[in-house]
Amino acid sequence: MEQGPSEFVSVLYKLLGEEQVLWEQADLIPYGFDGTAVMKGEAAVVVLPKEREQVAECVKIARAFDRPIVTRGSGTGLSGGSIPVEGAMVLCTVHLEKMDEIDRENLTVLVEPGVITEHIDQKAAEVGLFYPPDPGSMKISTIGGNVAENSGGLRGLKYGVTRDYVMALEVVLPDGEVTQLGSACVKDVAGYSLKDLFVGSEGTLGVITRIMLKLLPRPESRQTLLAMFPSMEEAAQAVSAIIAAKVIPCTLEFVDQVTLRCVEDYVKIGLPTDAAAVLLVECDGHPAAVEDDMVTVEKILKEGGVSQVQRAESEERALQLASARRQAFSALARRRPTTILEDVTVPRNCLAEMVGFIKEVAKRHDLEIGTFGHMGDGNLHPTILTDEKDEEEMHRVELALSEIVDKTIALGGTITGEHGVGLAKKEFLKRQFDQGSYQMLRQVKKTLDPDGVLNPGKIFDVE
Amino acid sequence: MTVSRQRPASLKELDYSILQQCMHCGMCLPSCPTYRSTKKERHSPRGRIALMRAVADDHLAMGEELQKEMDYCLGCLACTSACPAGVDYGEMFEVARAESESTRQSSSLRHLTRQLTFRGLFLHPRMLGLAGRVLRFYQRSGLAGLARWLGLPRILGRRMAELEKQTPKMEKNFSEELIAEHEAPPEGVPCRGRVILLSGCIQSLAFSRVNRATADVLLANGWEVVTPRHQGCCGSIHAHNGEPEMAWEAAEKLMAQMPLEKVDAVISNAGGCGSHLKHYGSLLVENDLGKEQARAFAAKVKDIHEFLVETGFRSPKKSIERSITYHPSCHLHHVQGVVSQPLTILKAIPGLEVSPLPNAGICCGSAGIYNILQPEESRRLGAEKCRDICGTGAEAVATANPGCHLQIQNHLDESGEAVEVTQPVLLLAEAYRLEF
Repeated sequence: MEQGPSEFVSVLYKLLGEEQVLWEQADLIPYGFDGTAVMKGEAAVVVLPKEREQVAECVKIARAFDRPIVTRGSGTGLSGGSIPVEGAMVLCTVHLEKMDEIDRENLTVLVEPGVITEHIDQKAAEVGLFYPPDPGSMKISTIGGNVAENSGGLRGLKYGVTRDYVMALEVVLPDGEVTQLGSACVKDVAGYSLKDLFVGSEGTLGVITRIMLKLLPRPESRQTLLAMFPSMEEAAQAVSAIIAAKVIPCTLEFVDQVTLRCVEDYVKIGLPTDAAAVLLVECDGHPAAVEDDMVTVEKILKEGGVSQVQRAESEERALQLASARRQAFSALARRRPTTILEDVTVPRNCLAEMVGFIKEVAKRHDLEIGTFGHMGDGNLHPTILTDEKDEEEMHRVELALSEIVDKTIALGGTITGEHGVGLAKKEFLKRQFDQGSYQMLRQVKKTLDPDGVLNPGKIFDVE
Repeated sequence: MTVSRQRPASLKELDYSILQQCMHCGMCLPSCPTYRSTKKERHSPRGRIALMRAVADDHLAMGEELQKEMDYCLGCLACTSACPAGVDYGEMFEVARAESESTRQSSSLRHLTRQLTFRGLFLHPRMLGLAGRVLRFYQRSGLAGLARWLGLPRILGRRMAELEKQTPKMEKNFSEELIAEHEAPPEGVPCRGRVILLSGCIQSLAFSRVNRATADVLLANGWEVVTPRHQGCCGSIHAHNGEPEMAWEAAEKLMAQMPLEKVDAVISNAGGCGSHLKHYGSLLVENDLGKEQARAFAAKVKDIHEFLVETGFRSPKKSIERSITYHPSCHLHHVQGVVSQPLTILKAIPGLEVSPLPNAGICCGSAGIYNILQPEESRRLGAEKCRDICGTGAEAVATANPGCHLQIQNHLDESGEAVEVTQPVLLLAEAYRLEF
């Protein structure tokens, strides 16, 4: 049964060396999935180029052998965007990890796509600068993946998402041509903003090979507090009240009791597991302004339904709390075999209604749903704890998801705030987009990738 | 056919929910030494779990590729500390290694070597003692120097030369020559209770002074110490290397030597042994008659640092002026969860200046007998660990596991670094001794 490498593989060997080309079953199985539940595929070959310049050559070889190309970073995506389609060449960017010196005069840094997100902020911190986007998986997620998915994070409310920090991109197009998009200028209105088309394109338009990121001065100080509530609705109302009072914390995170208990079970740092809902609020900036904001926040919380407020007494405790929040999604997996995460986002004045609706859905379909998320920007992560092997329960899960999506759209929300559409939300996208915009997506794809070789079948089907 | 008492020895028999627990979020990747080394998914915890699950699903055969993969895994279990989902990688790892061993097309030489070492030596304390005495004579009589001078290890092959270097250096006196079977706290120290001291197999030959120090700090804190004679291996080496039956045999022998009545705790001072001893209960299938007894035993096992901090220990009055860093053994840190206690002990010694070790949670490459089976990766990790240790500028590094101690010592010696390798209990005992 032993088969040698195919001609396709042999050509890739010549370009990259045998170590960087994987094609045997035991090598491929672990590239069949990303961080998304249930979904699986199997690639034909995985390539791990070590030089940026090799990417275009890889693309050309795949084209010559008529293979689709699926770009992948660390495989932590949450919508199935990097799951290989049949016969695909997976182009894994983890070895492209060069990071230039930080340009302190222009406040920018030039990085390759395989650089780990957290390393960028660590490097920026060394010179008093700040790279704000901090997705939950930042310890291992790659910046290339973040740009391709337009990832968010805990600081989206004040600092926005990955897109807001991308100044320029180097991209390999489906025919292997390398092109530069955007510039190092703060202002730039020359032509369409093509780089913005590639941010969040989920690997369907080009392969990103270099990124110029904008950096900010690092905030001088930061304060963190935990607020405990007797109900989820009261927590949601408090969030609306804080925003209405014109305070913009950098982080305004929400965790319900189911999630809180799972997280505490893992981190064991004395989280208040008897509260029905907890808010994590963080303000940053000039020390005096931060103190003012914190006082206002505490006042609003006390006027509302809060049962207890705890300020983090040290930087260490603050970091501990933020890191605990980042573990929420994975910690929820402690409860049941399968953890299905949603990413619905609604206008902030609809938060209380949406949170209440999710609770109703859970009850109606007899499901366990843990909800957490970035309340400050209306981005919720209702997470269904279930078992993929239980067909009857999985049917109820589908009904629940469908209802949550419909409600989101009815409230003027979006099916995904930061995880992307990928495979997991492809069906729902049709409900959100009208005929005109859905058609436009297809036209863009057909224009840039007429043969449909880059991550085909993701986000939408061309026909 | 006899019904096996041990837990499942194949991935298909393993409770499927253990495999399913992994939601492949990737949080384990940065903690895994082999993934950090190659950046290939199959060398990561979630990648290995995917392969194991593929075997359980009949999608992949347990063959050479998976055997290679399970051999390459250190079993350091740093991934379990990093996993928010609570995946029991340790259980999967031992089952996969056992299945891998039982299906391996083994050469008769490999089989013979494994039988001789795992069974012949590590299940027979007297044989191990004899081997220790032969080795001690070889190392201490000048024969070793002569052999090296003649280039014998090199003539016998590169692997032999490596092996010769990695062989633990035998102490002048073994544990049983240093510690009496019963020792009571010194006069003036009120007796708080009685503990059993596990002397370990390699530990009692190559690190007998650590055992002596462990007894000393226990005595100084008011504990009567019982150290049964001819203790064998606890079976951890067997369990980690795919020999579950031998592991149970070792466990049974050891438990038979340890009467638990009127004993407050069973004290282990080696990270790897302690973590295995604490899991004796899970070696057997549910409903086995021996399971309760094994669980009761496991519940009594305490790591020395854990025990001292939990029951309270006296800060020494004399100081040791030294700068030091601490390397946590993987099985103490990631499996037993004994993280802060060794540092608490070091910080209680006046004069010690303790600096944090970067990448402390990453394995030093010793990992049981990994250094012998996977010399290349082991050397890479050992060298990295030494760089981190030397980078702290500390005069000494403390650790609490014989394997780590040896590995770090070898690498420091090789690179000519004059950093001393020691253990927290050695320092605590030294500080107590200075009082007299």
